[in-house]
Amino acid sequence: MSRERIFAGVREALSGSGNGRARSRAVAERLANPPLHPAGATGAPMLPVELATRFKAHLQRLGADPVEIAREGEIPSAIVNYLTARGLPMRLRRANDGPLASLPWETAPALTLDTGSAKADDTAGLSHAVAGVAETGTLVLASGPESPLTLAFLPETHIVALKADAIVACYEEALAMVVASCGGRLPRTVNLVTGASRTGDIGGKIVMGAHGPRRLAVLIYGPHTPSVPVSA
Amino acid sequence: MTDRSTFEAAIAAALADEPLQLALADVPAGFVAGRQRARAELPQFDRLRRTARDIRDHILANLDVYLETFEANATKAGSQVHWASNGEDARRIILDICRKAGARVVTKSKSMVSEEIELREHLEKASLDVVETDLGEYLVQIRGERPSHIIAPAIHLRVGDVAKALRLQHSHLPGDRELETPEAMITEARQVLREKFLAADVGITGANFLIAESGSAIIVTNEGNADLTMSLPKVHIVLTSLEKVVPTFADAWPLLRLLARSATGQALSAYTTIVTGPRRQGDGEGPEACHIVILDNGRTELLASDLRPVLRCIRCGACMNYCPIYCSIGGHAYGSVYPGPIGAVLSPALGGPSATAHLAEASTFCGRCEEVCPVEIPLVSMLRKWRMRDLSRPSPTSRKSRALLRAWAILAARPRAYRMAARLGVRVLTTLSGRHGRLRRAPFASAWTRYRDLPAPEGRTFQEQWARRKRIDRAEPT
Repeated sequence: MSRERIFAGVREALSGSGNGRARSRAVAERLANPPLHPAGATGAPMLPVELATRFKAHLQRLGADPVEIAREGEIPSAIVNYLTARGLPMRLRRANDGPLASLPWETAPALTLDTGSAKADDTAGLSHAVAGVAETGTLVLASGPESPLTLAFLPETHIVALKADAIVACYEEALAMVVASCGGRLPRTVNLVTGASRTGDIGGKIVMGAHGPRRLAVLIYGPHTPSVPVSA
Repeated sequence: MTDRSTFEAAIAAALADEPLQLALADVPAGFVAGRQRARAELPQFDRLRRTARDIRDHILANLDVYLETFEANATKAGSQVHWASNGEDARRIILDICRKAGARVVTKSKSMVSEEIELREHLEKASLDVVETDLGEYLVQIRGERPSHIIAPAIHLRVGDVAKALRLQHSHLPGDRELETPEAMITEARQVLREKFLAADVGITGANFLIAESGSAIIVTNEGNADLTMSLPKVHIVLTSLEKVVPTFADAWPLLRLLARSATGQALSAYTTIVTGPRRQGDGEGPEACHIVILDNGRTELLASDLRPVLRCIRCGACMNYCPIYCSIGGHAYGSVYPGPIGAVLSPALGGPSATAHLAEASTFCGRCEEVCPVEIPLVSMLRKWRMRDLSRPSPTSRKSRALLRAWAILAARPRAYRMAARLGVRVLTTLSGRHGRLRRAPFASAWTRYRDLPAPEGRTFQEQWARRKRIDRAEPT
């Protein structure tokens, strides 16, 4: 059996570095209390508004389109405006989690709406992000029955709604929010999205829309909660 | 795997290959400049490298415990973990899974481990329609080649080569279609591959990391092809190797912060996906089964050897981008799955040392690979170890090298004879060079002087100059 052979080989290789039981205990201890490694690019603690500014700057550099709106109720009309401005079809397949389920979709009658898993001919998909990471302009999505991950990959346009006060400094904080929002466990997939799909495989030139979306819009809604600085 | 003479012929061919040279000339402006920018924007980059090195060393020193923990948690999450000692085991396990799933079409995202065990070729022989979905990897597949770089498989191709390959492969499309720009080519490949994504019964991905604390796999791409590969078919197979395990997410973030920055200069690749098991109750999509195949293939031997630090590698490819040899000959000339400095160290251990130990000679020992490695692998001393091992094996080349080294050692151990020989050599070379101070031809150095002059010594040996300075210092005390 390969399993026995591999473990015997590994244990043999490590036989010089202390007894197995002591190592098991040390590892269990480390797993229970993960070490604090130097965090990301943020450095000093930042105010929520600074995090948002940084987040938007990253999105712009990535070729994504940040759109700021005051309230979540404006999401449907913001989507209509975005699609109209780019001459895109007025069709949207949307997730149905978080606030997306209860939005005033009737305020956007021009929009043909669908829910559920994305289909091959869908033109635009809407997801709700659990968090945004200021460090790199990354959106953090959690999959689930009401938030199919295919929305982020099959349509040519991916639109993501993100609450302004869900923008955090680093991946560490964002993952903790994901776990908290999913009842203390990891969802089946956590998708960290940093710009639209791209490739540099032909002649070294970066081209958008390799297999996934060609464009990524981020609707940032609501106020930045004025609060004490968030730790980096 | 190549032998020495094939390697030498491949180097000569690569140097004479003008299109390849043009393609390689872009590496400094692309990846190298990108990494430099990314590093400049992250002040704690070098501190992170030390952290990453320590994390990887800690994992390797406790690999058995982390693998057991991973297996237990992955199983709890609903995945099936399989262990493969070698390529044959892994191929058999994967073919079995495909057969049980009744698979006809199999999509694959990029995985160097799959290249290592020639998985695609093997599955194709079993009559499966296997499609690489990373664009670079797809191009390499339809041209019947191997990847020439671990993160940019088609880096050896230019735009014209790609158009030609697509026209040949997609003969069902109109022959007069416009295919001039990379955009047009990508649109075409996207449409063709989209059909495959939707038709696939099994999707095979690699994994950049396995997370012990949760039994998750982390898979990184820029195209999003791994996500379509693992989400649309009813079976997802993760093929990876045992050193990819990482204790916790807290340990994975520093590695992820370094990975894309070192590879392409991006702060993070477009899609970083944490996947934990198959579809869950209530999910309307996702695979019904998730299999994780963990390959050894020589790695436990590496773990036991003085080459253990090579297992720290997170496969960013920076050592290739910065290597003057790689940038001169490209990846194919190496004839090994992993090219460049990391390949020269890793390949002999995976494929049997006799086959590829000579790859270690493809280095100037300039040390740039080691300077840019995100996990601080001492690549130069590891290359040197392979050279030493190669030298101790009986072969015509090693006999000649050993005889020369022995002669030099005899001389070096006798200071008086050494000084005399050095003096003689210097005088001869100075005389031969005449007034110009350069030699157009030198005895035993025709390989060097064919392309450039040899600077002649400046009259005296180092030891003579040193002795003279000491005399002067004594005469003029300061």
